[in-house]
Amino acid sequence: MMIAEAGAFALMLALALSIAQTGLSIAARLRRSTVLAGAGEGAALGAFLGVAVAFAALVTAFVTSDFSVANVAANSHSQKPLLYRIAGAWGSHEGSMLLWCLALTGFGAAAAGLGRSLPRGLRSVTVATQGMLGVVFLAYTVFASNPLMRLAEPPVEGRSLNPLLQDPALALHPPFLYAGYVGMSVVFSFAVAALVEGRVDAAWARWVRPWTLAAWSFLTLGIMLGSFWAYYELGWGGWWFWDPVENASFMPWLVAAALLHSAVVTEKRGALPGWTVFLALAAFTFSMLGAFLVRSGVLTSVHAFAVDPTRGVLLLMILGVTAGAGFALFAWRAPSLPQGGVFAPVSRESALVLNNILLTAATATVLLGTLFPLIREAATGDAISVGPPYFNLTFTPLMAALLILLPAGPLLAWKRGDARGVMQRLWLAALIAFGAGLLTIALVSPRKALGAAGVALGAWLIAGALAEILERVRAFRAPASESWRRLWGLPRGAWGMTLAHLGLGVFVLGAVFETTWKVEAAETLPIGGALDAGAYHVTLDAIEAVEGANYEAERGAVTVTRDGEVICRAAPERRLYTAGGQTTSEVGLCYRGMSHVYVVLGERRDGGPEPVWLVRAYWNPWASLIFIGPAIMALGGFVSLSDRRLRLGVGGRREARA
Amino acid sequence: MRLKLILAALAGVLSIAAASDPAERLADPAQEAQAREIFKDVRCLVCQNESIDDSEAELAKDLRRIVREQVSAGRSEDEIKRFLTDRYGEFVLLTPSFNAWNLALWIGPFLVLAAGVALLMRRLGAKSPEPDLSKEEADRLKRLSDPEQT
Repeated sequence: MMIAEAGAFALMLALALSIAQTGLSIAARLRRSTVLAGAGEGAALGAFLGVAVAFAALVTAFVTSDFSVANVAANSHSQKPLLYRIAGAWGSHEGSMLLWCLALTGFGAAAAGLGRSLPRGLRSVTVATQGMLGVVFLAYTVFASNPLMRLAEPPVEGRSLNPLLQDPALALHPPFLYAGYVGMSVVFSFAVAALVEGRVDAAWARWVRPWTLAAWSFLTLGIMLGSFWAYYELGWGGWWFWDPVENASFMPWLVAAALLHSAVVTEKRGALPGWTVFLALAAFTFSMLGAFLVRSGVLTSVHAFAVDPTRGVLLLMILGVTAGAGFALFAWRAPSLPQGGVFAPVSRESALVLNNILLTAATATVLLGTLFPLIREAATGDAISVGPPYFNLTFTPLMAALLILLPAGPLLAWKRGDARGVMQRLWLAALIAFGAGLLTIALVSPRKALGAAGVALGAWLIAGALAEILERVRAFRAPASESWRRLWGLPRGAWGMTLAHLGLGVFVLGAVFETTWKVEAAETLPIGGALDAGAYHVTLDAIEAVEGANYEAERGAVTVTRDGEVICRAAPERRLYTAGGQTTSEVGLCYRGMSHVYVVLGERRDGGPEPVWLVRAYWNPWASLIFIGPAIMALGGFVSLSDRRLRLGVGGRREARA
Repeated sequence: MRLKLILAALAGVLSIAAASDPAERLADPAQEAQAREIFKDVRCLVCQNESIDDSEAELAKDLRRIVREQVSAGRSEDEIKRFLTDRYGEFVLLTPSFNAWNLALWIGPFLVLAAGVALLMRRLGAKSPEPDLSKEEADRLKRLSDPEQT
């Protein structure tokens, strides 16, 4: 079997092609040669194919359980089901860096191939920059973190992968996350090219937006899948823990969200070019920061198990050099950028700037909360913790302010808005939000005012998004037939925005409701015993032993009733993975509309007259909305991406004509 | 990527909101609720990033016992937290204290907000947009744009 060697060779080849891509594209720019530019773009495609072959080789090694490959031996096991053997290819540090390179060169090839309508200079510099990023990360992967190394003495069996990974959402979320993280690299390269060429205008902003949209949408899905996995796999019903790894993925998301909005201002009004370029550089910088934080082990000594300090230093150097060069270029060239059009205090521009200020402050919260323990330790030697309470006190109010202002933004006119007109269009939404809050107090609980305010905020966002669509089609003001016609004629970009804002409202509803009104119950139950979680009565009917593919389990048969009526039967499991000796829990989930009854089977306790099991049950009201909301947001991103006005060619041609 | 951290956090032990274990519970529901509130702010020192409310580690169990004992002895939340920080340092609390050292942490984000707003104000004031219409001009514009008068 020479597949691993072929893969390693293809990876080296990809590195060489990335070097060629950089050199050829720079030469093309300097000599204004289309031939060289074409060669550079060809090299970009070649580099992608090389990494794709290397990645395919790694996946093959995992699928065939070739334990002579060190990475497979360390991270797989022949008993693992096929899906998880495949996912094992990106489950380790080395494999995930290869996936990173695959996405990086893939986006590079796409930018080279789809950028035909870009001005030649801008395109060459973009391809060259993307090539440089490729060189840096491929060199790191080839020389410091090669997943295709052979072992001199291959073991008979692999050392398994943690059984918690045997889950579809978890296995599939890294490709989405990486598409998101690394999609920002194209935006970074565009920003560098814009600074080199001294061209940051409406056309440039229009090229940047689709890449940002794509990356942001993938990142949204990736974060959502990871969160959903944590929710049902970790077994205590939490879905966001503000831990450094989550924060590492959330920061680029926040910056990309800010960039999406500021790029609109630059595209439509030519304003804020410097700030938009800054965010474009920052988005990928935060992606790289995340890659560094997660892999270096600087944040938490406990997670040193997969960490190698030299690699951490190398990644820090990559981060420093890449981001440093980008921002140095920015400091040098940005002052010469034009300021763009003027606007009044009440205007769409002001609203979007405010959006950016609040998102930036929110990013600062997450960044400080994540890094401050390091800073404090370096400065004073004291160890401190920054946990969820900190984020609740800082991030949440900033976000609440942003969400309160949000529905007004899309209704304001460019340049000079009409505050009273906006209020007239939003009074119904405000009434609905207020009513939702009051209803919550009346029907759910009068004691949780903050929860009711959160529900009102969610309703405000949803009603505001709908009000904006009604306004666009001039509903109730124009004849119904005309409104109908306008509805069908709305650009996809408009639908995308509405969906994204609506999804945010759905998420807020779910997050607030679940957090405020979840009910927890735990008891040790004998067979036939029962406990109550809210209105739900959970009975443990039986326990059976189960033999899985690579685990042994105790599976509970649980009946959930409400007022004597059977709602559902759940089968929570407690698994013991024999190869590694870990126990995991498979939660029993009953879906009741958007709410969940969540049942966890705990350990068996002997000692009494009969054996008992620790059973935990949660009533998680509206919990589905927490995951449906982001899915709607990502859908909004993709719908917007399909808008023909955003497609590169069309946008470019139109600009060329103008 | 998050998975690595979570895996490390678990390190083979499964945590399932360990604090709700009936074997540990206090008899008085009000006191139990108060103890649970405190748990959420106390770090499981040997775990990765978990509160003692969630962790099944032995140390978390011990800390929960200490907190519950003090709650049932009628000590206040502040007294209990002070007891814990005296014993284990500031690291044990998940909410960093508001002191001079942590000033940057607490006010940093709001400084960013203030700086942003200041920049926006400057941008708005730098070159005022076209001067506002005078009363006459506004009336004239209104007349011109009012469909019923044309």
